[in-house]
Amino acid sequence: MALGFELKGESMSEIPLVQLLTPEGERVTHPEYESTLGKDEVFGMHRDMTIIRRLCNEATSLQRQGQLALWAPLQGQEAAQIGAGRALEPMDFTFPSYREHGIAWCRGIPPENWLRLFRAVDHGGWDPQQYRHSVPTIVIGNQALNAVGYAMGVQRDGAEEATMVFFGDGATSEGDVNEAFVWAGSFDAPIVFFVQNNQWAISEPTVRQSKIPLYRRAEGFGFPGIRVDGNDVLAVHEVTKRALAHAREGGGPTLIEAFTYRMGAHTTSDDPTRYRIDAEVEVWKHRDPLERVKAYLVRQHQVPASEFDATIAEADALAAKLRADVLAMDSPDPLSIFEFAYADVHPLIEEGKRDMIELGVGGGAH
Amino acid sequence: MAQMTMAKALNEGLRRALEDNPKVLLMGEDIGKLGGVFRVTDGLQKDFGEDRIIDSPLAESGIVGTAVGLAIRGYRPVCEIQFDGFVYPAFDQIVSQVAKLHSRSHGVYKMAMVIRIPFGGQIGAIEHHSESPEGYFAHTAGLRVVSPTTPNDAYWMIQQAITHDDPIIFCEPKCRYWEKGEVDLDRPPRGLFDAHVAREGSDVTVVAYGPSVRTAVRAAEAASAEGRSVEVIDARSIAPLDLPPMVASVQKTGRLVVVAEAPANASVASEIVARLTEECFYSLRAPALRVTGYHTPYPPSRVEEEYLPNIDRILDAVDRVMGFES
Repeated sequence: MALGFELKGESMSEIPLVQLLTPEGERVTHPEYESTLGKDEVFGMHRDMTIIRRLCNEATSLQRQGQLALWAPLQGQEAAQIGAGRALEPMDFTFPSYREHGIAWCRGIPPENWLRLFRAVDHGGWDPQQYRHSVPTIVIGNQALNAVGYAMGVQRDGAEEATMVFFGDGATSEGDVNEAFVWAGSFDAPIVFFVQNNQWAISEPTVRQSKIPLYRRAEGFGFPGIRVDGNDVLAVHEVTKRALAHAREGGGPTLIEAFTYRMGAHTTSDDPTRYRIDAEVEVWKHRDPLERVKAYLVRQHQVPASEFDATIAEADALAAKLRADVLAMDSPDPLSIFEFAYADVHPLIEEGKRDMIELGVGGGAH
Repeated sequence: MAQMTMAKALNEGLRRALEDNPKVLLMGEDIGKLGGVFRVTDGLQKDFGEDRIIDSPLAESGIVGTAVGLAIRGYRPVCEIQFDGFVYPAFDQIVSQVAKLHSRSHGVYKMAMVIRIPFGGQIGAIEHHSESPEGYFAHTAGLRVVSPTTPNDAYWMIQQAITHDDPIIFCEPKCRYWEKGEVDLDRPPRGLFDAHVAREGSDVTVVAYGPSVRTAVRAAEAASAEGRSVEVIDARSIAPLDLPPMVASVQKTGRLVVVAEAPANASVASEIVARLTEECFYSLRAPALRVTGYHTPYPPSRVEEEYLPNIDRILDAVDRVMGFES
């Protein structure tokens, strides 16, 4: 079976990978990492993942119903994002691509704000300083350099803050990501590179991007790289927490490769049946990030079914609210396009505004 | 008042900006110990340290991309791109992030950064060292583009650009780096985005910027020997254009020639012509002409004199607008 995640001569099991929870939900030990999380925290992460998946599915429905221009689903990557997102300290700063809905959730950004971009009413959607989470970057890999620069600023301020940047396996081929590695290594920037290797860059498998496992790229740039089971929320959390602490303490950068799988399409415009086989998807269904935590919570902590039901009810209510919020989301005032194009007065902006007002477009209040 | 070269004036301007604000950082290739290939940053690393005068890895996208992050963090980075022809690896960051992040973040992120680019020809260089990429940036909403032409302008405009909150592409006419001039250390001559009448005249208006201003002034001097009074306007700001002084001049002379090294097709020179035709339609007594580089890749510099707008070509255009019969 030609699986996208198989690398020449190396199957998944042969590559060292930090795992604390097997796909069956069994706790396993690792020589370097131990989970410090108690029952409530693990349950909380299961709740996060359940909510994120539910909201993501709601967004897909909204797109199918013509309410969003596009949606980038994260299904399959919930453990990678929640494990990483819950490892952050409030003052850390994060740079997302466009699929980091789970990180946005952990940073406290209201879900309807994530959808502003996808409803095409905004290019951002939230105040990046308030939530310590930058606005989405759609051009693949640009944010890696921006994040390293931010980390260099943190370094110059003498602050104990970490910067974390998110990108996918496809981005690792971009010049900007490789330049970001060079800069981070050269300046010992306090940054964590978090690559979600979901095996597919739209239709291109990871083997098209790299002859070696992605985490091993770090060695060539002079900092540690580590592969973690991206569908194991406990392992992702521990690995990320340690890398963030390492950055805050002045230890420099780390590359984390969260080995995971994009269960759905790249975006709602994509058709994965054209380039990958069902059998591969079936294999990964057995590694579902939610199921293994649930199995663990039931077996290890005897969490009753009623508590999981309560989470599902909560997620449904949030999804209903998200739907209502999105449907209530108006198009922006056309005049608002002029508002932030420049920080200072600009004659062409004044001219454009005058033109639009004379044509009777927009609210005219700007 | 002090006499200095443009390179020294930029150096002094940068020094003063570094002294005025601890958030100002310089970053670029070879700008530290070496002082930059043109020595514009000479001695600054020794005085301000390696954390503020950052010798960067050899990666232009890296320079601009990390400057974006530093700007988000509240720094005011000044990037040096070593030569015009090497800015293209950074083009993606400039267009996709630098120009757009203020808008995308609803004004939360100030992209208060300056990207210095030594540009233009007339130095007998090899390929990629004489280009005029300003049009790409002038075209991009979210950016501003300026170019000083005298040591005094260089000293003040670099400081004004650094204190400005929008990202600024700062095009330095490298052929004038070594030319000396008076610098008034106490008072800026004018605002960063103000055009300036470099030489007064009454028959024809010649608008130029950057390295072409000197050529235009020399052409005006030659024209004066033939009894023609040519007014030369130094645009200084390429984007936005400071139109009112240009409009006033064309209304006075009724004739316009625009001079630039960049090829004319879809260029800044074309924009100046379009704008002034729109604003001065009834004052124009002849179609406006452009004198620019030809539509070829920048040639081997042994023939750049023939490629670039030179005095003869400008005088020829002056003759044509003067001789036009409607």
